[in-house]
Amino acid sequence: MKYSPHTSKDKEQMLEAIGAASEEELFSAIPSDLRLGKVDLPDGISEMELKRSVMEMAGDNYSTNKLISFLGGGAYEHYIPQAVESIISRGEFLTAYTPYQAEASQGTLQSIYEYQSLICELTGMDVANASMYDGASSLAEAALLAVRDTGRKQVVYPASLHPEYKQVLKTYMEGIKVEFIEIPHAAGIYDTEVLERQISDGTACVIAQNPNFFGCIEDCSAIGQICHSKGAIFIACVNPLSLGLLSSPGEYGADIAVGEGQPLGIPLSYGGPYLGFFAVKEKYMRKIPGRVVGMTRDSEGKPGFVLTLQAREQHIRREKATSNICSNEGLMALAATVYLSLIGKKGLKEIARQNLLKSHYLAVQISKLGGFEPVFNTPFFNEFVVKCGRDPEKIISDLLKHGIIGGLPLGRFYPDMRNCMSICVTETKSRADLDKFVEVLGKH
Amino acid sequence: MADTGKLLFAKTHEWLRVEGNIGYVGITDHAQKEITDVVFVELPKVGKEVSKEGEAAVVESVKAAFSIYAPVSGRVIKANDAVEKDPSIVNKSPYDDGWFFAIEMKDPEETASLMSLKDYEEFIKSGAH
Amino acid sequence: MEKLIFETGSEGRNGCSLPKLDVPDAAESSFIPGNLLRRKEALLPEVSELDCIRHFTRLSRLNYSVDTNFYPLGSCTMKYNPRINEKIASLPQFSALHPYQPESSVQGMLKLLYDTEQMLCRICGMDAFTLQPAAGAHGELTGMLIARAYHVSKGDPRKKVLIPDSAHGTNPASAALCGYEVVTVKSGPDGRIDIGALKDAAGQDVAVMMLTNPNTLGLFEKDIKKIADIIHGSGALLYLDGANMNALAGVSRPGDMGFDICHVNLHKTFSTPHGGGGPGSGPVGVKAALADYLPAPRIKIKRNKFTLDSDCKKSIGKVKAFYGNIGVVIKAYCYIRSLGGEGLRDAAFEAVLNANYLKAKLRGNYTPAFDGEPCMHEFVLTGKDKKPMGVRTLDIAKRLLDYGYYAPTIYFPLIVEEAIMIEPTETESKQTLDAFADVMIKITGEAASDPSLVTSAPHTTPVRRLDEVAAARELNLRWKKTGA
Repeated sequence: MKYSPHTSKDKEQMLEAIGAASEEELFSAIPSDLRLGKVDLPDGISEMELKRSVMEMAGDNYSTNKLISFLGGGAYEHYIPQAVESIISRGEFLTAYTPYQAEASQGTLQSIYEYQSLICELTGMDVANASMYDGASSLAEAALLAVRDTGRKQVVYPASLHPEYKQVLKTYMEGIKVEFIEIPHAAGIYDTEVLERQISDGTACVIAQNPNFFGCIEDCSAIGQICHSKGAIFIACVNPLSLGLLSSPGEYGADIAVGEGQPLGIPLSYGGPYLGFFAVKEKYMRKIPGRVVGMTRDSEGKPGFVLTLQAREQHIRREKATSNICSNEGLMALAATVYLSLIGKKGLKEIARQNLLKSHYLAVQISKLGGFEPVFNTPFFNEFVVKCGRDPEKIISDLLKHGIIGGLPLGRFYPDMRNCMSICVTETKSRADLDKFVEVLGKH
Repeated sequence: MADTGKLLFAKTHEWLRVEGNIGYVGITDHAQKEITDVVFVELPKVGKEVSKEGEAAVVESVKAAFSIYAPVSGRVIKANDAVEKDPSIVNKSPYDDGWFFAIEMKDPEETASLMSLKDYEEFIKSGAH
Repeated sequence: MEKLIFETGSEGRNGCSLPKLDVPDAAESSFIPGNLLRRKEALLPEVSELDCIRHFTRLSRLNYSVDTNFYPLGSCTMKYNPRINEKIASLPQFSALHPYQPESSVQGMLKLLYDTEQMLCRICGMDAFTLQPAAGAHGELTGMLIARAYHVSKGDPRKKVLIPDSAHGTNPASAALCGYEVVTVKSGPDGRIDIGALKDAAGQDVAVMMLTNPNTLGLFEKDIKKIADIIHGSGALLYLDGANMNALAGVSRPGDMGFDICHVNLHKTFSTPHGGGGPGSGPVGVKAALADYLPAPRIKIKRNKFTLDSDCKKSIGKVKAFYGNIGVVIKAYCYIRSLGGEGLRDAAFEAVLNANYLKAKLRGNYTPAFDGEPCMHEFVLTGKDKKPMGVRTLDIAKRLLDYGYYAPTIYFPLIVEEAIMIEPTETESKQTLDAFADVMIKITGEAASDPSLVTSAPHTTPVRRLDEVAAARELNLRWKKTGA
């Protein structure tokens, strides 16, 4: 298959206009010893052959559509209304670039403005950017902002922070010599007594994840107060869908709110592309990374939208930019915008409630089984940790034979939790699904 | 209207107005025209120590950012909040209302290397900037 | 202007339905203490599904896009985005896979990813690839961290990164993010690296040189092997910003040129759509000596099964949760399979042919910033000779919008005054290029006869020229409920 339209006659005419004898001649700047005879790749194939070949590979996958999955851990299976996909697959959105020419990009720009507004509404913050790569890198950028702004070098995070987020945080900050302090958890949430002892005048920021990796709900207000008592920046990393019920970062005084926007209408896609959201109090507006859209007027006084606050960015500020980010997750932000518009004020709360009620139903049913007990007696949203009588990795692999992905074994992240797994329930599970899971689990 | 004849000028297009041991700093008319519409000024915090030719402030237009260097060393004692609130003042009144900050000068001798208005105008004409 | 979604709809309306709750209902406060619950409701829109569809459909129609308009945005490779690739990536067998599924349930997915890494190795002449970075700049950060880890392991951390003055802004920003001091290397009068300046800049403190090849002026760095020798001679590594790989895929390999690390932009060279700003994907390839530093996990084959190996002791860690923008990688995989080795080479040939053809057509009316030899996949014009007419590059760009063309990249690279950077890509036909050239030429005529027509452009777009100064001075970055 080829997608270029040139006929051999076209090529001849074009070469003639250029004044070149052959296409080869156009490559004369590349030394001949660097020219490739033939790429070591198979020949191209037709669309039909491609489809057949990929379908074969796809057949080796068991999608969560076919299975009953109780996996969470930073990526959540939620129902995505068809309208979301229909809008984001429109070529006018899909095949446009970053909206550099504002007058020819009002669709993208207005939808980003609406996205920024929605994120501000959800998080209770003042200003949001146009998106980051994912929740983890968004968190890392927040910590970088804190280190730059405070001039301090200590980053405090909890043991209950998503283990991959911890890794990303450390990788991102490798070049700037930061001290990391991990605060242990007490009953699944921040041990605030230890936090109080460990935090100091050298602390740039305190990070809280809510709900945290164990699914537990943190007392963010208390964490924020301890953080602010030392003049550090309070970063809240939140599940946006949980904000239908849970107190917002704005309400509990966070300075920066970040998180993974995947629950807002974005498919699991084996881990990406997802959506990092990033919102701040007005005070930090000029320090944020990434694109920002603002409303303005045209030469006739009509309202319109442009990219603004650009002097922070890499294409202008180069090595002094607030971040190196250029491409972001625009289309995913659009998906979240359409999703939030569809579910609306009422839907957000209802979906959050169903997550809460269904996961608590399952937790109760599982705790009635012998051999499984809840690990933390702490409020949770849609995910909880259970201790198993035997190796959870084995349980998971047994359950798979019944078409169930039972949960996420935690031993791979926390060696002292070898017997534990976390179980996530969203609105996608019916009572029948939950009862089946309990029944099968009871036999293992 | 400031008497520009009494100002001292740096090659990096800042002006300095000396009042006793205090030096007021802003950018020149030539600089504001080159920058075009100023959309933001990031001022130094009061109390900050700056050194001669060290970066002290940043001026932003829509498409660019420019470093503003201290013409002399010293401690920042005042910052002009007005230009932070309404950056267009820098374009409208670069030598008066559009001043950036004031420095308590450490070493008055440092002004010796700065130019007079006439020399600065020559400097611009020569295109050496 | 289309009304904001917040101003559409009506209290109590909504555009989705949920199954009836089939587990026992209870007040949320019976599970969560009141102080942890939300007090102020988020003011989300309240619209029907149709309201919502109309709103976003109407918004979409305010955009120019590859699907609707020629989009010659230099350095961005706005080629056609094949539809079959979209379809395949959205199959539930891919799009509904959870990243923590047992490996046994995702063997097809892992094979596809493994094969993509292998194909990219062959295209780039590298020994190992990671698919984790989410975009080009993310790949740069990954590459810089790999270089850093390499030098640190040798007990010689080094402090500086060399970057040409023609480079993308992401290069210095990525190097600085990694803690490096950026040293700018001036281009020579021919628009290429000045070997003398490079020799002066190279030294024992330099960790990496970042280079774009072909560079942002659309010129191949002929002396690339000499450059590599100088850099390697000083103990530094050579990094390729692969943004311009569309000129090279199937033609010449960075690994053979002496690059130790490179990123490729799947959303440029390998046809995945840009989505109005993303998602992209910026896989990073390295030579064997650096493979151990790649982000974890790595895809391996063990006992005939694909597996994710997290036991990577020297790895720089992770730059993103999970494994990368997989949905994007799937599309690129499909593209490479469709074209094959020869198809990729033909695409590069035709991309270069299109750029040279357009340059030839415009030469009489616009001044190429560098001429006298063929360009690669893109070329840069300077609009400085239009300045005496009172017309600037920005005005030409805006006037193009009136004729239904998206504008080229403007004012970049920074080293060309009034730069206009044009990248037609291979998927545009001769007819499209002819029509575009005619309009470009027509605009020069307008600039001469009626400059105000050009300087007040655009005239036919959904909005007229927008006031960016007002936007930056009176920041309005979000909707707020009136009275709130």
